[in-house]
Amino acid sequence: MGMTIVEKILANASGKKNAKAGDVVEPKVNVAMSHENAALVINQFMDIFNGTGLKPKPWDSDRIAIIFDHRVPAESSKTATNQKKIRDFVRSNKIRKFHDIRSDEGGICHQILAEYAYIRPGYVVVGTDSHTTTHGAFGAFSFGIGATEMASVWTLGRVLNVEVPETIKVIVNGKLPSNVYPKDLILYIIGKLSAQGANFKVIEFHGDTIQNMPMSGRLVLCNMSVEAGATSGIVPADEETEKYLKEHGAADKIEFVIPDADAEYSQIVEINANELKPQIACPHTVDNVKPIDMVKGVKIDQIVIGSCTNGRLDDLEIAAGILKGKKVAQGTRMLIFPASWNIYKDAMRKGYLETFAEAGAVIMNPGCGCCLGVHQGALGDGEVALSTTNRNFKGRMGNPKSEVYLCSPAVAAASAVTGEITEPAKGVN
Amino acid sequence: MAKVIYKFDADISTDAIYPGRYMATVLPTETPEYCFADYKELNEKLNSGEWKGGVLIAGENFGCGSSREQAASTILGHNLTVIAKSVARIFMQNSVNLGLELITCPSLEAKVGDDIVLEGGKVLNKTSGKSFEIVPLPAARKAIIEAGGLVPYTRKKLVEERTK
Repeated sequence: MGMTIVEKILANASGKKNAKAGDVVEPKVNVAMSHENAALVINQFMDIFNGTGLKPKPWDSDRIAIIFDHRVPAESSKTATNQKKIRDFVRSNKIRKFHDIRSDEGGICHQILAEYAYIRPGYVVVGTDSHTTTHGAFGAFSFGIGATEMASVWTLGRVLNVEVPETIKVIVNGKLPSNVYPKDLILYIIGKLSAQGANFKVIEFHGDTIQNMPMSGRLVLCNMSVEAGATSGIVPADEETEKYLKEHGAADKIEFVIPDADAEYSQIVEINANELKPQIACPHTVDNVKPIDMVKGVKIDQIVIGSCTNGRLDDLEIAAGILKGKKVAQGTRMLIFPASWNIYKDAMRKGYLETFAEAGAVIMNPGCGCCLGVHQGALGDGEVALSTTNRNFKGRMGNPKSEVYLCSPAVAAASAVTGEITEPAKGVN
Repeated sequence: MAKVIYKFDADISTDAIYPGRYMATVLPTETPEYCFADYKELNEKLNSGEWKGGVLIAGENFGCGSSREQAASTILGHNLTVIAKSVARIFMQNSVNLGLELITCPSLEAKVGDDIVLEGGKVLNKTSGKSFEIVPLPAARKAIIEAGGLVPYTRKKLVEERTK
């Protein structure tokens, strides 16, 4: 019996010929990413060395990435002090993949790992952030872990006691209608699988819709795979992966890891892209997904475009195309936060930011922003948000008495103009 | 033996357990104050000590969402036991890594106030007299529990590997 992508990656990273779902392995880590929660990782890392007489030193500083994004610029003295502690650690351990709060290197961690070409197909990537699943878009096995697990990785360079996950094969064929985007596709898949349908499993994406999808769309699919509970989403690497990595500075030879034809899957799901409608995840779970017809007309107080899910240049281009020459509806406010400063500056040069500002939207600095309710953009009691972010849990945006609907950038922009959930016109992509 | 202090529905996220606005607080000794901060009564009775050491009952997919480890340390700080129908992966790993007692028990029937004990690999509801099967933790996690958590487990490997 052949192997899935994750089985191949974990076999290779553990020095074995074969790996099967259920095997316990200790894979070597290629990239270990953290954001502000590196403050807790440092604390646990020091604790591991405590009493050993050994000097606390990471196994390989060049494989550690730290990006400030969750609360930037710091919203409190507590955050600022944590960030200072992390900077000191970065300096004394010569961690070069560090991205501070600066417009010449900063952004949301998952966008930075992509943009700076830190990932390769076949890598084992861990991050102290659940949306680390994003990097499966490069054909890597990339998953979220807690801070103590990261401290263990910093110490030994591998993840201890990993059970090789089963894989769900999702095959998508056909052409997405012109007002339907990768975000709609992944919301549809999450609705189909349920919020725990892929718990402890990997989702492998196949089919011509995926093969024809640019990296920006594949990143959306893998980013939100965790909302079905998946350990990682994975798209088999191909020429598109290689092209993206080369364009972003990769100089090495890119090797693809692809699954065997007779690999064993725990479930196979087939989807016809031709028939998809724009999808909306309704409060308060991400799997409460409905086609837009069922929620059209819901009044919206705050529209949000941004995040590690949908704050990339093509997302802003779509939104700007819809908003050009129009106004955000009175009584509705709109926030835009690009996923990185490189995107911010590209959007500035292309005139998208001007379009947003003329329409009445507030442009925020790149970062996790209001997605998780820690930093600006809070909602009032009884208010409703429509957002291109990835979670709509009760209280997610900082107020348990508010509601969050999730959608594509096109739906968000079309709805900003009317002030209620609105289907974008066909023919925009 | 411990009493059921609170019963949750399915899909309780780590945002519900430990809201994002307290994420700047990271140290395990400081996180318990914000445990279920948006569930007023629960939070108050945990912080007053009245419900310390109690049992939380939950539906499917407990601990879904964010990987924030504070969600495990905040519950651990009140010495609570969690019994859920199923548990999301990252939260389960964080709980094991920190030593939080987390039990998967798909068929559990219990209500607030019931007395619960763990006996012979089963959950026994002393109030109703019924017992319920426990789903064992993934085998890969057991060695970590036996070592007392991931910090001592990693420390042991570190010493072995750097001194041999």
